[in-house]
Amino acid sequence: MSIITMELASDQDVTYGRSPFAHFVTDVWVLTRRSIARIRREPETLADVTFMPVIFILMFAYVFGGAIRLPGSGNYHEYLIGGMLGMGLAQTAPGVAVALVTDMSTGLVDRFRSLPMSRWAMLTARTIAELLTQIISATVVVCVGLAIGWRVHTNAPDVIAALALALLFGYAFTWAGVCLGMVLRSPEAAQQSGFIIFLPLTFISSAFVPTQGMPGWLQPVAEWNPMSALAASSRTLFGNPNPAASLHAWPMQHPELAVACWAAAMLAVFAPLAVSLYRRKALG
Amino acid sequence: MKVLRTLTRQSETRHRTPVHAARLRSPPGSENAYGAGKTTAVRVFATLLRPDGGRARVLGHDVATEAGQVRRRIGLTGQYAALDEYLTGRANLVMIGQLSRLTASAARRRADEMLERFSLTEAATRAVKTYSGGMRRRLDLAASLIGYPSVLFLDEPTTGLDPNARAMTWDIVRELAAEGTTLLLTTQYLEEADQLARRVAVIDGGAVIAEGTPDQLKASVGGEHLNLVLAAGSDLAAAITAVQPYATGRVQPDPAGLRLSVPVAAARGLTTRVVRALDLAGVQVNDVTTQRASLDDVFGSLTGRTRSPHAEDDTEARNAA
Repeated sequence: MSIITMELASDQDVTYGRSPFAHFVTDVWVLTRRSIARIRREPETLADVTFMPVIFILMFAYVFGGAIRLPGSGNYHEYLIGGMLGMGLAQTAPGVAVALVTDMSTGLVDRFRSLPMSRWAMLTARTIAELLTQIISATVVVCVGLAIGWRVHTNAPDVIAALALALLFGYAFTWAGVCLGMVLRSPEAAQQSGFIIFLPLTFISSAFVPTQGMPGWLQPVAEWNPMSALAASSRTLFGNPNPAASLHAWPMQHPELAVACWAAAMLAVFAPLAVSLYRRKALG
Repeated sequence: MKVLRTLTRQSETRHRTPVHAARLRSPPGSENAYGAGKTTAVRVFATLLRPDGGRARVLGHDVATEAGQVRRRIGLTGQYAALDEYLTGRANLVMIGQLSRLTASAARRRADEMLERFSLTEAATRAVKTYSGGMRRRLDLAASLIGYPSVLFLDEPTTGLDPNARAMTWDIVRELAAEGTTLLLTTQYLEEADQLARRVAVIDGGAVIAEGTPDQLKASVGGEHLNLVLAAGSDLAAAITAVQPYATGRVQPDPAGLRLSVPVAAARGLTTRVVRALDLAGVQVNDVTTQRASLDDVFGSLTGRTRSPHAEDDTEARNAA
């Protein structure tokens, strides 16, 4: 029987000499690969970021769309995709919460915490894996959009800027999902949060319908909703109809800047909060 | 959560690992039948929980201020297999290896060694969620060993296992101990502690209420008994007088008057002399058996409670052995 623990690892087998940052990068890479391996083994876990946007696009384009009249003029199919892009990104947040709550409940996080690994690595890796699913979601939205007649009327740099802003926003938003995963106790509760928090967040915005048709008291809420800024920013950069351009609310006048500010603010608040919650929770 | 009041642990060498003095306070809400504080103690040593007073040291490193040093040297196996269900067995081990600061190639090599060692090579490419309970436990142990730990914490490693898996876990624990790994194992099965441990600390109500080798603990509750069966028609009074000098307590005759239970410090060597004394007194002995105290007796005498609710579990453990 081979000896297990007395033979100590030789120096070239361990990475203790490397810098903390190199350790952090390695740990994040190892853990991100873990999440990707999971997706490859069980592609159905991607159903909520792939089929869901398809269903929403088809429902809004062909069921509700006919009853929605855009202020001014404009094709609703072209209007829809800018909002749907943000919806698809925000909708991944409950998934990250579910994954984290599950990890916390299986004892895997206890094992990670007893290892000499970076404290930030586990949460950071989860957000990076989520960014990959968000890229998949955005690709699905763009492809289905092209199929229903959505077109881009600007140039490549604008399109790249639109997608980059959307993904930046989506990445920052993921940290809100991470915080949720640290606060909630059961995967079911995390799943519920999708309906209780994220669905209203996307619907009380200009993602699917122009805010002009909402009651007066709700309009400011919708106009300042970050999802509205994201939708307006995407529509502007794609050259799609954007009725919100005539609104006076600051985020509607400067949607791209507003999206960048929202992303920075969410990162600044939710990332440290998530790590602090993780430490407290993991310490019991 | 503030949990521990005072906790010290010294373990300068690999071969000495007692929890020396631990006064634990269980977290509120965990005061169930098993909430004595075992898991809390393990979580403190494994740097998962900060002691709110006192100091805990592992291999000379303070768990609160030198957590990084501690984590380099420990392995942890909790009550539930801490594995990624969707990864293969091998991918789990490679991942834990890399996170334990092994290089990628060293982690892969080490993972293969561990799979071989724990007879999991054939299942290595299957997702963990297809594993049986015993296989998960083996993989979990392999994962806790992959980073070459000097100290291994096993928190109730056999809870919920079937007798076969439990026996296998015991074998692994014995081998590891024989190889020089320091192990701290918690268990609710006293039989298991008796079988596996060199030193035992009994924790109840969040405090260590007794500590020592299994033999010391057993001796502390009256050691052993010599049970004598006398021939029919023996003079009971003469027999009691003859054996009383060897007894550490009162000699008890049974109601039928043919059996004597003699409490003694240690039966070894004494049996011959007791029988000879009875022979000199003209008492004929038909049968002699020695009965040793079990750790259940120790627990009962320390806490004033019996462990009868768990008797089934203990029996199971015994059968597994």
